[in-house]
Amino acid sequence: MIAAAIAFYVFATMAVIGGLNVIFQRNPVHSVLWLILTFFNAAGLFVILGAEFVAMILVVVYVGAVAVLFLFVVMMLDINITVIREGIHKYVWAGLLVGGVLLAELVTVFTSWVMFDDAASLSTAPTPDPNVITNTEALGNILYTDYVYLFQAAGIILLVAMIGSIVLTYRTRTGVRKQVIADQVARRPSDTLEMVKVESGKGLQ
Amino acid sequence: MEELLTEYLPILIFIGIAFGLAFAIVAASLLVAPSNPDPEKTSTYECGFEAFDDTRSKFDVRFYLVAILFIIFDLEVAFLFPWAVSLSGIGIFGFWSMMIFLGVLTIGFIYEWRKGALEWE
Amino acid sequence: MVEFWTAYVWPVLWIIIQILMFLVPVLIGVAYLTYAERKIISAMQMRIGPNVVGWFGLLQPIADAVKLLTKETVLPTGASPVVFFLAPMVTFGLAMMAWAVIPVGDGWVISNLNVGILYLFAISSLGVYGVVMAGWASNSRYAFLGAMRSAAQMVSYEVSIGFIMISVLITAGTLNLTELVLAQSEPLFGVLPGWYFIPHFPMFIVFFISVLAETNRHPFDLPEAESELVAGFMTEYSSMSFALFFLGEYANMIMMSALITILFLGGWLAPYDVAPLNMIPGVVWFALKIAMCLFVFIWTRATFPRYRYDQLMRLGWKIFLPFSLIWLALTAGFLVYADALPG
Repeated sequence: MIAAAIAFYVFATMAVIGGLNVIFQRNPVHSVLWLILTFFNAAGLFVILGAEFVAMILVVVYVGAVAVLFLFVVMMLDINITVIREGIHKYVWAGLLVGGVLLAELVTVFTSWVMFDDAASLSTAPTPDPNVITNTEALGNILYTDYVYLFQAAGIILLVAMIGSIVLTYRTRTGVRKQVIADQVARRPSDTLEMVKVESGKGLQ
Repeated sequence: MEELLTEYLPILIFIGIAFGLAFAIVAASLLVAPSNPDPEKTSTYECGFEAFDDTRSKFDVRFYLVAILFIIFDLEVAFLFPWAVSLSGIGIFGFWSMMIFLGVLTIGFIYEWRKGALEWE
Repeated sequence: MVEFWTAYVWPVLWIIIQILMFLVPVLIGVAYLTYAERKIISAMQMRIGPNVVGWFGLLQPIADAVKLLTKETVLPTGASPVVFFLAPMVTFGLAMMAWAVIPVGDGWVISNLNVGILYLFAISSLGVYGVVMAGWASNSRYAFLGAMRSAAQMVSYEVSIGFIMISVLITAGTLNLTELVLAQSEPLFGVLPGWYFIPHFPMFIVFFISVLAETNRHPFDLPEAESELVAGFMTEYSSMSFALFFLGEYANMIMMSALITILFLGGWLAPYDVAPLNMIPGVVWFALKIAMCLFVFIWTRATFPRYRYDQLMRLGWKIFLPFSLIWLALTAGFLVYADALPG
């Protein structure tokens, strides 16, 4: 168990360091790379909790997909640091104010947090022992039946995201030539070729 | 719990060895190989002329679109993993629950197809 | 103190020895895969191929390694040094990491994860990073274009790979790779091997092609289309950092072949559980199946011309994605209504 404790402290420290570097790096691409490191450490923490499925999904979805999009955006948007930094003195007070209010709110929430002693035993789907049933199966047994409405709501949210991203980014281009495979397949030699028998010494008219 | 974690310890060590090896290989070549850079050698590769400007410029929006669509389908796959394992336990109801979910997303897929978001030229 | 040694040091040392027992054969395999590729393609093109260094050119990979090691590492002026050197390490490290969960024989696995297949899926989805980081850090037009293309290509085929994996998982009812292989030991109709490439034959083909695209192999090697992009994202790399990309790419091919073997070709199982066949150790079967997949990889390279980018994206999104999704629904529907689900 001592190894798990050491691993916890290593992952937790690295996650915090990664998180701080996300904020303090000047180059946005470096920030995203630190963010990825933070995700990995969070995945490690999930594994220590015994939530291996969530850990893997965190890597697949956040590192494998979401962070790729972030990286695409910051790499290609040509962010010029000096231009961004120009207005910093104007906005620093507003930023500090908003940050301070948020911090105060968070502190209030966490200090006034009370947990009922038996809360864990009242849950409708108590966490099963990972040695008896794998996490993935435990999740699958309730997600699609007991929580079917939430599951379908997730589907609808994904649909909205899909349509929204297309509406926002898609524009028709003019003047491009596309390959139409059906036309190519349907094309017959007789449409384009004319066979002519040329008599010798006469040539074509 | 203990059992689960002992399966993960080798992975941690494996990751350490794999990246350590990669680092050692690069470091070895930096130590062994000669290094005498000159401006021509270290300039960016270009066909016979100097590179005009910084490469990191704006790019075709369709690459973002592909990334966004990928996130959505990846989430769909993430939802499918537990379903695939526990399908025998949740039976016909669980099966149709997932089919409705996939059906909703298929609507989105048909929309993007008809809209031409999948066209490249 | 004695307890400290027996409880902590020896287990860890034993794990390290096991890991090296995996890594060393993989690295040798990678080196000789490059040799095999050159020899096979030259045979297909009526050439001789490497034949100078050593007997039949068998020392060629070692000579290449030594040559690359003594070459100068060039760091381009506009490049970001840390990311520039990190990128090849990421590619190589990821290709090696995947071997932690691959069972090469019954019980011959470093860590038998409950979510083994998910681990492999996660690692293959991280492959994008090495490429994108290299393209961005080089600050070269060719490298950047190659990286963008490659990233979009890899994520596009990742989706159908995911769906096909799910189809297989429904049939096996587990995410554990060892159990997945053992689920294929029951013969089909009593005569055919129970390997999943028979019931899932169309998906086996689609999966193979998607793997070609995922590993940036011919005919989908657009990121490094040398006729238009010089060498794609590797343009600015030299010496050992180039070698790491190269090794990573070939190690990825072997890893993906191992995945195909586990998912569709019955892992370490012999085709029939009868006397002469089941006396051969499982690891030999596993290696043979991987070698067969790799041969097809190389054969494809020698045979097909390169795809155009729009054709590539259309194949991924408009053909493979719907096809694998429909197959998934059909498989699940059939198994649910025929009451043939495992477990």
